[in-house]
Order: sequence, then structure tokens, then C-alpha cells
Amino acid sequence: MLKIKNLHASVEDKAILRGIDLEVKPGEVHAIMGPNGSGKSTLASVVAGKEEYEVDKGEISLDGEDIEELSAEERAHKGVFMSFQYPVEIPGVSVTNFMKTAINETRKAKGLDDMPANEMLKMIREKSELLEIDRKFLSRSLNEGFSGGEKKRNEIFQMAMLEPKLAILDETDSGLDIDALRIVANGVNKLKSKDNAVIVITHYQRLLDYIVPDYVHVLYDGRIVKSGTKELAHELEEKGYDWIKEEVNA
Amino acid sequence: MSNKYTEDDLREELKTKEYEYGFYTDIESETFPVGLNEDIVRAISKKKEEPEWMTQWRLEAFKIWKEMIEPEWANVHYEKPDFQAISYYSAPNSKPKYDSIDEVDPELLATFEKLGISLDEQKKLAGVAMDVVVDSVSVATTFKKTLAEKGIIFMSISEAIQEHPELVKKYIGTVVPQKDNFYAALNSAVFSDGSFCYIPKGVRCPMELSTYFRINQAGTGQFERTLVIADEGSYVSYLEGCTAPSRDENQLHAAVVELIALDDAEIKYSTVQNWYPGNAEGKGGVYNFVTKRGLCETNAKISWTQVETGSAVTWKYPSCVLKGDNSVGEFYSIAVTNNYQQADTGTKMIHLGKNTKSTIISKGISAGKSQNSYRGLVQISSRAENARNFSQCDSLLMGNDCGAHTFPYIEVKNKSAQIEHEATTSKIGEDQIFYCNQRGIDTEKAIALIVNGFSKEVLNKLPMEFAVEAQKLLEISLEGSVG
Repeated sequence: MLKIKNLHASVEDKAILRGIDLEVKPGEVHAIMGPNGSGKSTLASVVAGKEEYEVDKGEISLDGEDIEELSAEERAHKGVFMSFQYPVEIPGVSVTNFMKTAINETRKAKGLDDMPANEMLKMIREKSELLEIDRKFLSRSLNEGFSGGEKKRNEIFQMAMLEPKLAILDETDSGLDIDALRIVANGVNKLKSKDNAVIVITHYQRLLDYIVPDYVHVLYDGRIVKSGTKELAHELEEKGYDWIKEEVNA
Repeated sequence: MSNKYTEDDLREELKTKEYEYGFYTDIESETFPVGLNEDIVRAISKKKEEPEWMTQWRLEAFKIWKEMIEPEWANVHYEKPDFQAISYYSAPNSKPKYDSIDEVDPELLATFEKLGISLDEQKKLAGVAMDVVVDSVSVATTFKKTLAEKGIIFMSISEAIQEHPELVKKYIGTVVPQKDNFYAALNSAVFSDGSFCYIPKGVRCPMELSTYFRINQAGTGQFERTLVIADEGSYVSYLEGCTAPSRDENQLHAAVVELIALDDAEIKYSTVQNWYPGNAEGKGGVYNFVTKRGLCETNAKISWTQVETGSAVTWKYPSCVLKGDNSVGEFYSIAVTNNYQQADTGTKMIHLGKNTKSTIISKGISAGKSQNSYRGLVQISSRAENARNFSQCDSLLMGNDCGAHTFPYIEVKNKSAQIEHEATTSKIGEDQIFYCNQRGIDTEKAIALIVNGFSKEVLNKLPMEFAVEAQKLLEISLEGSVG
């Protein structure tokens, strides 16, 4: 589904990704771990198409189609979703209104009419039940005054509504207590299928106890320096990242 | 009428003034020669067949105006108009400007299209000759009939001066006196036309009164004068303006609006202003210098709601004088400036009575190289026991070249007053845009969404139909504001 080949990317002329290779197939869960500043969030933003990031070299394709030249919204229309580490507030715009706009803009891009209101309502009801979200929450302004847990749960709710092919969860565990973490992880697991794929970006192993990865990659200094299975995550949890750095620098 | 002043008389009179004006204007064109003096004021009044008291009132205003100087305290910069280079009377243009819609500027039509204005309305607004006007005529007729049954008077101020001189004489200038300010004095001397509305005691006006119904008959003038009187216990909701872009050759607009809410009455006054703002380089555009004020007697309430997106320079402070005890004043405003537009707008809440209450919600949105200022005064007089005010001024900036300014003035002379003031300034961030983009919403739509969310508290105050149009208008006004 997602193929990244020798990807180099920079922001404000500072090279951050220095040759990433990654392949994610439908039905797979990949975890990307690494110390702070290794380029994890940059990778997420580059795949999602954030403009400030310059792709200097390499290829990103989705289902065989090059997507580096596409705008962020065009990638979203093709099924790329990113759960933000710090979801932004949009005062005066309710979660429901935001989702309605997002879904209808995506439909418009595909040449479809707006989703009929009753269909939209049905979908909102189903997805909010699936993720155990109180529907009162959906009439609140997007992320305004939300707790850390509410923000992340709202991200997963949006993922449920948009039904992406590829979901990138950027540090979804940061700022969450263990209960909130479990709720968010359960949501992701419920949305997983053989047709979609998930990339989990995290600093800590604990999220991976709930969202179990098929593959774990360690990102360091803009490169994937080690790949393995979930055992690798445990090893990192125990030993930290220093031995990886030493291996690389040796 | 034996003393009817004919065009021939006027022509004669003007001929004799030929030297004074330096040239002769053919009166067929229905436009007066440029310049302003007592004779012009008299001529306007005569032309409109006004009674002597009205003529005198205008002349008094003119005398005051001559002694005044144009104010410079507003945070706007523009080349001052040459008041002697303006023609102060132009008859309502009854002739259509175009014979067919194909002659109208396609850009204007495209905007109409976006606003969802019907073809017939488009023609009307653009000044295209209409072959079939059955629909609008019948609507207007039904409308007038309903109003007449309730005893509501709704007509042009010129007609009102003829037909209801006692009402006009009693109230005109009582809220905005001739000497109030430079532009109000000018307007008082030379006002061309405007609207008059009177709601009798205890009557609730059953529909939104809109100048739109009149505009087709009279056309707006450069110096409009509006007078709305809500008698005891009555209610009226009045809509002014139009979301459709108004192209106008007149650079200077100096209107005066006076509202009078007698005991227990309520007036809701909503405005959408979309005068030509000039082009993207800041050339051209309308100067909009407006004085709007309402007077509240006991238990009365006046709400001003405005959506200001047009004009090159806006100078406007719809205000409330809360004279009666327990009276309420409200001001809800959205002011959008883009490109080189400048707006200095806000309100004055003058608390005179006991237990008076006022609310101010101002939303300023600046884009491009524009400057957007909120200027407000909350004044609590010494005998206004238990007065309360809540003010909230929010500014939203787009890009790095625009400005938002807030000038709140508070004068309190009574210790029992409770005053709250909140102000925020935010910027549409790249992060917000990217968040929307990532969800499949393009940048233009994202800005519209963010701006509408920001303005929601005010948009909610507009009558339903107006609100939908105003929302679209905000989107259009900010088109292309982020590259």
C-alpha cells in the first residue's frame, strides 16, 4: 500500500530525513520508534504532505501512485489520515460540523454529492457508539477546552468517520493516562481491517502493548537503523536507545 | 399644489447662478452642479418639495457644518474628499443602466452567482431593465397591505416628510443632532433620501422590514437618512443593505440612522454592508462615514447587528443611548478587511438610566494589507445605578501584513457599575490550515470554516436568511487572502 524509497526531506534547508525505505502492506501495523529528534514526526508530516517540508530526494507512493506532488488534501482524499500529536483548536466549529465538511469535501473530490443528512447522522451514531463517545461531546468546538484524552479520542473518532486506508498515529500516547490510552488503543483496534494499515509513531513501548505491531522500526538521525518484530520494542524498553546509537556510530 | 417647484424654475434659478458656479449644467441630467452653499441646500429642499421647517432645519445644519472641521482621530488614512467638488443632488435613476444582462460586468455576475441570488434579483441589483416583474410587484403589494393593516408606516423619508410631517418633525435630529459631528451635519444639510419607519403602540411588526423592498423604487443615495420609531410596546426587526456587491460612482457616503425605541419597545437593526472596497491595489472604493444611534426609553431594547465587508474606508459606530431605566443596548459586529481596506468601527453605550445593561461583541477579521480597528466607549453616568456592561473584542489576523487594533474607552461615574471587558487576538495558523488540509479540506474552505467559527456568535444574531448570505459573503470577501 505505502512504499517509501530512499526518502530525503528537509525543513528550512535543514536535512531531517536522510534516506528512509519503508513498505507497508494492507492489514499490517508498523511501529516507528526512536529517540527524540530522530525524525519520527517529520516522517508523518512528509507522508501527510505538510508544505513546510521539502522532499529532496526519493519516492512516496500509495497503491502504486506517486503522491509526493499531491497537496495534503489530495492525499487525504486518497485515504491518508494522520492523528496529530497536538490537535489544533478551531473555535466556533463543532466536531460534527468539521466532520461534515471533511467528509463532503472528500466526496466532492471524488465527484460525489454531499452525504445525505440522515446517512451522516447514522454514521455519527454508529462511530460514536463504537468508540464510546458521548454525543454531547460532538457539539463542542473542535478541541477547544478538550482534555488530552478527549483530544486524542476525537482524533480516533475522526479516523473512524473518514475510514482511511492508511492511518498514521503520531505520538497518540503522549499526554494520556493509562485509562485514556486503553480507550484510544481499543478504538484503533476496532477500526483495523485486512484492507487498511496503521503506522504507530511512538517514543515508548507501552502503547504497543495495546496496539500490537507486526513490525517495529527504529528511526535514528533520519534513517531506519533497525527493523524487527514486537520483541524489538521490548528490547528498547529495557535497554533504551543508547545501544542503537552506539551500533550506528560504530 | 400651486407653489410646486418645477424643473423650469430650477433651471432659471441655476442659470442666474451660472457665474457663481463657473459653468452651466443641463438640468435634464437631474444632477446639480458641483459645490455646496446655502442655495444648493435650498434647491435640494425645494426639489423635494419640502415644507419650510425642513428647509430651515437643513440650513441650520449647513451653517453648523461650515464651522466644523473633518475629524482626524480615527485610525484611517485617506485623501480627504473635496466637498466643493461633489454634486449634492442626483435624482433617483429611473432608467435602467443596461438593456440586457449580457452587458453587465461578468465579475459582478459571478459574485451574484456565488451568493445564490436569483436571475431576476441579479437583474434588479445590477440595474438591468426587467421585462417581467410580476413576482416582485405582487410580493411588494402583499407586503404593503399587511403593513397598512397594522398601521405600520414604511416609506421613503421624502414621502414621510410630505405625508407624516408631524412624526418626522418631532423625531428627526433628536438622537443624532445636526451638530453631532462633521458628517452628520453634512448629511443633515443635504440628505438625499432614506427610509422612514413607524411602528404604532403595541404592534409587533410581522415581518423583517427590508430596505430591499424600497430600493427598487428609489435607489440609495449618497447621503441617506433613516429614521425608525418604535412606539410604546412595539417591536420591529429592520434589515439594511444587501449582500450583493454595490458598485457606486459616489466615493463618499455619509449616512445617518436614528432609532427611537419608546417605553417597552424593541428594535433589532441588522446591516450587511458590501460597498465597493476598491481593487486589490487599493485604488478606488467607497468612503463610508456613517452615524448610527439609537435612543432607548424605559424598558426598551435596541440591538445593532452588523456585517461589514465592503468600503475602502469605514468610519462607523452604531450606538445606544440608554436613557430609560432597565433599558438594554446590544452591539454585535463582524468587520472584515482585506487588501488595502481600513475600518474603524465599534460602538458607544451611554448608560443614563438605572439598571441599564449593554453587551458588545465585536469580531474583527483582517487580511491582506488592511487595518481593522475596534473603537468603543462604555459610559456610565452618575445616576445610572447598577449599570452593567459586557464587552468582548476578538481579532483574527491572516498573514503578516495586516493590523488589528482595539481602542476601548470606559468612563464610569457610578460605583455600582459592573463592567467586564475581554479581548483576544489570534491568527489563522498554518497548523490550523494543515489540520484541515489533512482532513481533506482545501485551504480556501478551511479559512471559511475558521472565519465562520470565529464569527459564529454574531452570525447567530442575524435573521436566518441574512445569516446564510452573510456566511457566503465572508467567504467571498476573503477569497485569495492566503496564497
